[in-house]
Amino acid sequence: MLKKLPLAQLETIANDIREDIIRMLEHAGSGHSAGPLGLADIFTALYFDILKHDPKNPDWPERDILLLSNGHCVPVRYATMAHAGYFDRKELMTLRQLGTRLQGHPERKRLPGMETTSGPLGSGLSQACGMALALRMDNQQHRWVYVVMGDGEQDEGNVWEAAMLAGKEKLHNIIAITDRNNIQIDGPTESVMPLEDLKAKWEAFGWHVLEIDGNDIEAVIDACAMGRAIENKPVMIIAHTIPGKGVDFMEYDFNWHGKPPNKEEAKKALHELRTLGGKIKGEHE
Amino acid sequence: MSDMYLVDVSGNLTSEPIRKGFGRGLLEAGKRWDNVVAACADLTDSTQMSLFAEEFPERYIEIGVAEQNLVTTGSGLAAMGKVPFVSSYAAFMPGRCWEQIRTTICLNDRPVKLIGSHAGVSVGPDGATHQMLEDLALMRVLPNMVVLAPCDSVEAEKATLAMALDKRPNYMRLAREATPIITTDKTPFEIGPAYVLTEGADVSLIATGTMTYQALVAAEELKKDGIQAEVVHVPTIKPLDAGTILASVRKTGAVVTAEEGQIVGGLGGAIAELLSEEQPAPIKRIGMRDRFGESGAPDKLLEYFGLDARHIRLAAHSVVDKK
Repeated sequence: MLKKLPLAQLETIANDIREDIIRMLEHAGSGHSAGPLGLADIFTALYFDILKHDPKNPDWPERDILLLSNGHCVPVRYATMAHAGYFDRKELMTLRQLGTRLQGHPERKRLPGMETTSGPLGSGLSQACGMALALRMDNQQHRWVYVVMGDGEQDEGNVWEAAMLAGKEKLHNIIAITDRNNIQIDGPTESVMPLEDLKAKWEAFGWHVLEIDGNDIEAVIDACAMGRAIENKPVMIIAHTIPGKGVDFMEYDFNWHGKPPNKEEAKKALHELRTLGGKIKGEHE
Repeated sequence: MSDMYLVDVSGNLTSEPIRKGFGRGLLEAGKRWDNVVAACADLTDSTQMSLFAEEFPERYIEIGVAEQNLVTTGSGLAAMGKVPFVSSYAAFMPGRCWEQIRTTICLNDRPVKLIGSHAGVSVGPDGATHQMLEDLALMRVLPNMVVLAPCDSVEAEKATLAMALDKRPNYMRLAREATPIITTDKTPFEIGPAYVLTEGADVSLIATGTMTYQALVAAEELKKDGIQAEVVHVPTIKPLDAGTILASVRKTGAVVTAEEGQIVGGLGGAIAELLSEEQPAPIKRIGMRDRFGESGAPDKLLEYFGLDARHIRLAAHSVVDKK
């Protein structure tokens, strides 16, 4: 288990993770930028505060499970796992290269601590249902199954099949987090395939729904704590995030959903992250 | 080995749906091993999961009509150390949820046990939508997947117990209608081997599932024609027992395959691939030839589509003539 850290330190870690994401993607030459940057605060909160886990013992039988359903956002998970001590940060630069453990979309069997293989959308929540059902059969309900999902992903019917099952079975040790960044590949979610009223939809399926600012680490930690206190329903946290968060020219722009920065863009992005958008003079400069 | 099989083709054999053996096997697996669990998509009785569901309600999950969720929930159960059997009609599972099986079970390497019932045209009156003919091909093409098609209910029961102990993803195909029982409690069964049921030097009849009985009947008929047929039953279509199949074909030099599904990608495809690389020989494939089924009585449909002993016999003559 990692020691809990003060908020300011968590925010610094999240920013370091963003820098690593930019470096990884620029080096790899392909991959998704906006989603991983937007999720850095959520992943920092999960790995450095919320999850019960042990980077030195990824198969620890008492650990909480974290599923990344929208596998294309995996650079943020790789970067966070490296910062948490699962593997050396140097390995991040092998992303998407032949022989790497850091596949373009995550593969469980290649990397200890990667709980499942994902990429094709919509299947994380069903797996969480299976896991939560198994935990209930085994009287292991002190363990939690967290699922990070995309919003565009919720176009998939499989998501709602799982939503019905979790609601029916009252799988209260599932805490799902929707990365509500309002973009998908073809454009804004509400023009590609409207999701709203998303909160009402999840409530109608029998879920307890919380809505937060997903770029506020403290709000993420608090919402998960609140979620764990709900004992009769699965919990959905709709986390409003800024896609491309921290890099001005990427923020809110769906064009950055599925592409990496080139060398120039990466340089600009790193400068901005290091100086927190010009607010401070970066110490690395 | 042959005396382990009942090869009486006079019509005096007892018949039972293959799926019944699965139901008994699953119940027994549940009794033997606490980690065996089951889930179904609104077809609990049809797929014969009801025996298990009644005995172990706390280990049984009703998923509703949602096959994508069915198999993917199975992946999650397996991730936590359970041995999940998930069932539906083969037309819907694997028919409806192939990508979830590919990603969350095969690539993810989770030992989920997929049971596709009511496969083949012998489903009968329900028609083409429900007559799954492509399941063997869909499952055989997936890395890590084991593909089984037992020939009768006794073998299906043994196969179910073997699946519960196997550490890989498995798919097993079952049929709706009663099929003659040709194996006994003493007949060996393991995942992997093909079994030589009757020996002969002139032609290899290589069959799986419901068609194995038809191959045995054809072999009897061929004796009258002066042709000694060797019947090889292939309950494990993947991984294929190349050794037994090649040994038979080296001896006979001619092959007929038989299955109640598309000849492309299923058993016929698998045998043709193997032989073309290792032991080319005249071959005819009995099965569906790039078309769908339709409504009708099961026996009428099997005859109409050429999926019976008579057609196997004709095909055997044709390949023997080519030698």
